[in-house]
Amino acid sequence: MATIPTPSLRAKDYKSQIPPVWCPGCGHFAVLSALTKAFAYLKLPKDQLALVSGIGCSSRLPAYLDTYGFHGVHGRALAVAAGLKTARPDLIVIAVGGDGDGFSIGGNHFLHACRRNMDFTYIVMDNEVYGMTKGQASPTTQPDWTRSKLTPHGTGVRRFQPPAIALAAGASFIARGFSGDPTGLSKLFVEAIQHPGFAFVHVLSPCQTFRPEQRAWKQQVHPCSLGTAEDPARAAELIHRDDGMALGVLYAQQLPVWQPKLTQRTSLATIEEAFRL
Amino acid sequence: MPQELPRGSAASLSIAITGSGGSGAVTAGSILLAALGKAGFYGLMTRSAGPQIRGGESAAMVRFSPEPLYCMGDQFDLLIALDWRNFHRFLQEIPLGTASPVLYDPALGEVPEELRLQPRLERPWKRRAAAIAGGRLNLVALGTAGALLGLPCEALETGVQKVLGHKGEAVVDSAVACIRAGFSAENPNLARLPKPRPDPNRWLLSGNEAAALGSLRGGVRFVAAYPITPATEMLEWLAPKLEQLGGALLQAEDELASINMILGGSFGGMPSLTATSGPGLSLMMEGIGLAVASETPVLVADVMRVGPSTGIPTKSEQSDLHIALYGLHGDAPHLVLAPLDIGDCAFTFQWAVGLAEQLQTAAIVLSDQFLGQSRAILDPPPRCETPLTRLKQARERPCRRYLYTDTGVSPMPIPGESPCRYTADGLEHDERGVPSSLAEDHLAQLQKRRRKIEGFAYGEAWAEIQGAGPLCLISWGSSAGAVREAAQRLQAAGQPTRVILLRLLAPLRRESLKAALAGAEQLFVIEQNQTGQLFHYLHGAQVLPPHARSFARPGPLPLRPGEIVRAVRSEI
Ligand SMILES: Cc1ncc(C[n+]2csc(CCOP(=O)(O)OP(=O)(O)O)c2C)c(N)n1
Ligand code: SF4
Repeated sequence: MATIPTPSLRAKDYKSQIPPVWCPGCGHFAVLSALTKAFAYLKLPKDQLALVSGIGCSSRLPAYLDTYGFHGVHGRALAVAAGLKTARPDLIVIAVGGDGDGFSIGGNHFLHACRRNMDFTYIVMDNEVYGMTKGQASPTTQPDWTRSKLTPHGTGVRRFQPPAIALAAGASFIARGFSGDPTGLSKLFVEAIQHPGFAFVHVLSPCQTFRPEQRAWKQQVHPCSLGTAEDPARAAELIHRDDGMALGVLYAQQLPVWQPKLTQRTSLATIEEAFRL
Repeated sequence: MPQELPRGSAASLSIAITGSGGSGAVTAGSILLAALGKAGFYGLMTRSAGPQIRGGESAAMVRFSPEPLYCMGDQFDLLIALDWRNFHRFLQEIPLGTASPVLYDPALGEVPEELRLQPRLERPWKRRAAAIAGGRLNLVALGTAGALLGLPCEALETGVQKVLGHKGEAVVDSAVACIRAGFSAENPNLARLPKPRPDPNRWLLSGNEAAALGSLRGGVRFVAAYPITPATEMLEWLAPKLEQLGGALLQAEDELASINMILGGSFGGMPSLTATSGPGLSLMMEGIGLAVASETPVLVADVMRVGPSTGIPTKSEQSDLHIALYGLHGDAPHLVLAPLDIGDCAFTFQWAVGLAEQLQTAAIVLSDQFLGQSRAILDPPPRCETPLTRLKQARERPCRRYLYTDTGVSPMPIPGESPCRYTADGLEHDERGVPSSLAEDHLAQLQKRRRKIEGFAYGEAWAEIQGAGPLCLISWGSSAGAVREAAQRLQAAGQPTRVILLRLLAPLRRESLKAALAGAEQLFVIEQNQTGQLFHYLHGAQVLPPHARSFARPGPLPLRPGEIVRAVRSEI
């Protein structure tokens, strides 16, 4: 598409005028900032950026950017992104959302986005809780977390392991970031956007309001000590030994990207001829 | 303006070919249909299959006439039985006239008790087929039938080429030898049909193909869908065509994905479609509401089958009207259309794509198994000539994507093509798309979305209106065929009859419909479902007088003109 490359935009130029609805101290602010820094670093034209999301506090993010955005229904961001990218391979598509949006109601799309390996980025802001609906357990919540009225004895259910599941489903890029480490986060976003294929970034993004204990994450995170694994078997080992707090690119691999070529080879009139007796 | 009702009912012949799995009943039917087309007839073929996934008994029902046909007849004039295994499954679907002969090979078993009184024509097909290398009984039988019907042998041979040509020369040669073996043993002919008027410009296609073609004519270049009977053939036809036209088909992981994928494609500027049946439509409802709220154009084809739940997947029914009209939560004005016959699938789908694009909303189009899976010989389907396109040009920044305009339609900039960036939103919003829970924003956006749908000038295509008699038959979708033919018979019997066939179901053209009903004394609303879904819809809209009657009958058996005539006569 004929967009004139914008002369170096600053990170804040990617923000819209709309003030976020997020609580003070919410981890999602840092994700927004890190994204704008990555865009500025990569000099991405705003007209060609499309941010797609579902529903949740985290899914409000697209409106806070001065790019194109599609704020859809709960759990379906990856489907919208897949359709958009198929129809418009020239766009830079980024899907964002929360752990409830992506791993619970949208879980099936997560599996199939991993295996389809289309060239777009997926950022999940994981706060191990449903923020928007005021604090219920999500698939990544600890089984013994008792603070929700829905599950006063805890869920008693083992946690969803996003990187392990992404790997098993065939993802070609898996990284973990932390909103308390904005520089590291924007570097991960840069790599994810540059990765040819489906790039999944699992972001630990604390919920100040319903999970204040997540403030301790600052002390618990650590760089991914084994380095990046290109071999799925080694990655599986790394990811399975992971304490959920390792930051960095956990796995990156060049795999075939699904993207039909949109080139016209015939006319509709020719196609219609075949119906003649 | 109402057109004249065509006079008299078309002289036609109906033939059923039945057999067990692998007997080739459908192949024989397909060749027969192509041959009839070659010989200059109009025709229609429906098929019926047993519950087996592969193989199992199957039947091809073919009706033909020198005049265009829109439905199956009341009864069959000839039964060609390739064998008798599981024949009882078709008994209800194949009502035979008392004088209708049964054509069969006695070497393949006893004629069932139920057919004891029919005239019989016995032929040694099995023996004849055995004498030919690669010989097939169904094709020898077809040769016999073709001769008895008075068809030229060359027409049958052209049919073979058309249907089996892709299987190679050896298969075609052997098939032609079989047909000739059956044909040459006969003295024509059984049928005395008026002479057909051959026209090489006619088309042979299914409703699913016509619907897919209409969508392409309307500009659809992106499709995402999850397979489901009886919509799958639409997708199978579209996949390679989209590829050739620079578009794409994405097989989704489920219908929740398909509807959201086409929202993505459409947001990217590509007219987009998904096709499904009742179960899939149920899953898509939230996404269709998002199309309405975010004003993203999409077309959803529902090729209806018998419901609820998995129902009878291979049979037709018009029972999804209410979910299509009312299935969305919130006040969600959208478009609901239904094609009236196989050829009309092309027009209605093209129009529906155009309307969705023009009005930036969701259009649900209700086809069904009968329309979708039947094949017809017809005149080339007309195009929709009304220019309808999406308004894309926006000037202002920041973009007012949901700008209040007189028409209610606001400019929709396309990513990568315009600097007027915006975020589409399913949350209630203001003109700029900024989420808002203010009462005034909600009201203004509701009014805008309603205005653009209800205020649009839809023109004449909202319905087909024929005749002007005091007896008025109102119908929609695939029932239109049987209703048209019933009306012709009533008219021919001296009962001036008027027919109103609704193509645009939502928004209901209330004033136009009321005008079309002026002077109608007896009114019948005719449809193929149990509860009279259209009848109740029209009553709710207060367009029907209190004495209007409902004639509603569920599937899976097709609505036949004769039962409509009987029902109407018994009431007046
Ligand atoms: C179909 C549907 N079901 C339920 C909801 C209610 N709902 C809104 S957001 C949400 C969960 C959000 O949690 P998460 O995705 O983790 O995001 P967060 O708010 O924590 O950022 C739920 C259940 C909805 N909007 N739609
Ligand atoms: S509820 Fe939690 S996730 Fe939502 S905005 Fe507040 S802090 Fe952030």
